[in-house]
Amino acid sequence: MSSIADPIAGAPVADAKAEAKSDTRSEARAKAAAPAITLPATGERELRLDLFRGLALWLIFIDHLPTNLLTWLTIRNYGFSDATEIFIFISGYTAAFVYGRAMLEGGFVIATARILRRVWQIYVAHVFLFTIFLAEISYVATSFENPLYSEEMGIMDFLKQPDVTIVQALLLRFRPVNMDVLPLYIVLMLFLPLILWLMKWKPDVTLGLSVVLYALTWQFDLYLSAYPNGFWAFNPFAWQLLFVFGAWCALGGARRMSRILSSNITMWICIVYLVAAFFVTLTWYVPQLGHIMPKLIEQWMYPINKTDLDVLRFAHFLALAALTVRFLPRDWPGLKSPWLRPLILCGQHSLEIFCLGVFLAFAGHFVLAEVSGGAALHALISVCGILIMCGMAWIISWYKHSADKGASKKGAAGNADMAGGGA
Amino acid sequence: MKSARTMLGLMLLAACLAAAPVRAGDTPDPAPPAPPCDVPAYLLASESSLPKVTDAVKANQPLNVLVVGSRSSTILGNEASAYPAMMQTALKEAFPAATIDLSVELQGKGTAEETAGTLVKLVEAKKPTLVIWQTGTVDAMRAVDPDDFRTAINDGVVALRGAGTDVVLVNLQYSPRTETMISAPPYLDNMKVVAQQHDVPLFDRFAIMKQWSDAGYFDLFSTSHGVDLAKKVHACLGRALAKFVIDAAHLGPVQQN
Repeated sequence: MSSIADPIAGAPVADAKAEAKSDTRSEARAKAAAPAITLPATGERELRLDLFRGLALWLIFIDHLPTNLLTWLTIRNYGFSDATEIFIFISGYTAAFVYGRAMLEGGFVIATARILRRVWQIYVAHVFLFTIFLAEISYVATSFENPLYSEEMGIMDFLKQPDVTIVQALLLRFRPVNMDVLPLYIVLMLFLPLILWLMKWKPDVTLGLSVVLYALTWQFDLYLSAYPNGFWAFNPFAWQLLFVFGAWCALGGARRMSRILSSNITMWICIVYLVAAFFVTLTWYVPQLGHIMPKLIEQWMYPINKTDLDVLRFAHFLALAALTVRFLPRDWPGLKSPWLRPLILCGQHSLEIFCLGVFLAFAGHFVLAEVSGGAALHALISVCGILIMCGMAWIISWYKHSADKGASKKGAAGNADMAGGGA
Repeated sequence: MKSARTMLGLMLLAACLAAAPVRAGDTPDPAPPAPPCDVPAYLLASESSLPKVTDAVKANQPLNVLVVGSRSSTILGNEASAYPAMMQTALKEAFPAATIDLSVELQGKGTAEETAGTLVKLVEAKKPTLVIWQTGTVDAMRAVDPDDFRTAINDGVVALRGAGTDVVLVNLQYSPRTETMISAPPYLDNMKVVAQQHDVPLFDRFAIMKQWSDAGYFDLFSTSHGVDLAKKVHACLGRALAKFVIDAAHLGPVQQN
């Protein structure tokens, strides 16, 4: 049983068993593996993936709220990368795992069909969130006329042309602040069939092509334009690198990197880099320290570009991931502890919980604007939001349990589809 | 650390509120006190200098200040209460003997790129000693590519320096109500980068206003339609900006006379 769940080994993990997933196609494995991805209770699924995706979802939610006490717990305050990197990497990893298997078993067409259905789900979720956003800002636009901000209120001008705005939103070209992750995810998933098809042929070449595209993006400034003007805040041409890298790790890359990952040299490079990044970040929040930074380094390093996934950010994520894999073994008993259960549950239903998080962030902004409260209220809203996310994750998982009991007769095919729900 | 400061501010505020009724009973309603708008020293410190301003003030020549900005550099219908005029007043107080001229050039819907193109002509027409360039809001609202934005700021600063004036950059306002709609960070970051590269003093309006909001000095979430809040905030901004300019020009209180 464990060998079935092992392949979902989250971050690049050093384990020979991981090999099993890419070249074993036995029917029995497939049947058992599918529920292992969907159902937390049945299989020994790789809980570290869920844990860190859950963590990423919590952090994204907190980062979307106005700065408060809890903001100081989020990783973006201690280094270059933030929760988005974790989310996209793990999404690439799980998507490749789930649909890679579908492609090996059912072929290119079947896998593509399933992926497209998933893309459709994400798209609908995005449009749903946009509707809520529209309601929120229409309210702000009609109730708020502070002369201090007469200029900023110009952002509401698009409400004068709702027809154009809504069509542009459906085309993913009009995306309000904090609603950039899902469109990126949609585009990356649209290209997943191609990525998997190439990976099936030669994984390393695929990763190489991804790096080339990333380099070309930086060289020729490739981007997707947005409405009414501007660009995509997460450039898919650059962020695909993280997604493809996740897929590559899932399909055997992690195993082949195991020697590098377990070497002490790697560990120390990672530690030194993380500590250096921490000190650089410290100078942002404690401006009194700003003068310590040598000007030359500042000029070379800044700005650290999030839109195009700066190399510094990517490297920071790699260092974090490498240390995590090294110091948090897959069989760490803590993963079964009830204290981490809420995080893991959230990570297992990432799309739903992500959307809920975006909605709660809107709601949180709204409450903070209406009720002028202090730091305590800010923190309280963050905590409530996280509790709501956990409650929802628990309810969803309960639904899936119950539904699955009825649907179990349908067999592996149905479950494999549902496995997409975890990707 | 920051939250500690916030808590302190809140406690002070609570203490004031508690004390207020007592005081009201004692004395018959004095004039409303000036809003407390202290700015932590690090937000007003700059490693960069303003040599032309220093020279002009030391040589007792008129200090000619040109503010180039968008709509957030004024209060519609109350231009005299907006921060440029308040800064001029504060500078006059600091240097009673000096002549301080102010002109304000508003380009309501201009992005940094559009404004940068007009700077040289403006400088030729007004011959300022110091140009205070407030920008970023329009670009953030239109989600202009941050790289293009940086290039525009860079070009503008180079052009102004080339035309022989000192430059101070002023960034966006802190606007909590529109935080979910306008993404300020990339524009704040890029202005910081250009300021560092060219050694231009950057007046961090965003951080300062955020600090005031956190400390409870101003309720920037307010839905009030009146101009009161805007006037108070601009008065504080004007004073802080004057202090910032004096500091960057190394014109401490010693040179005041």
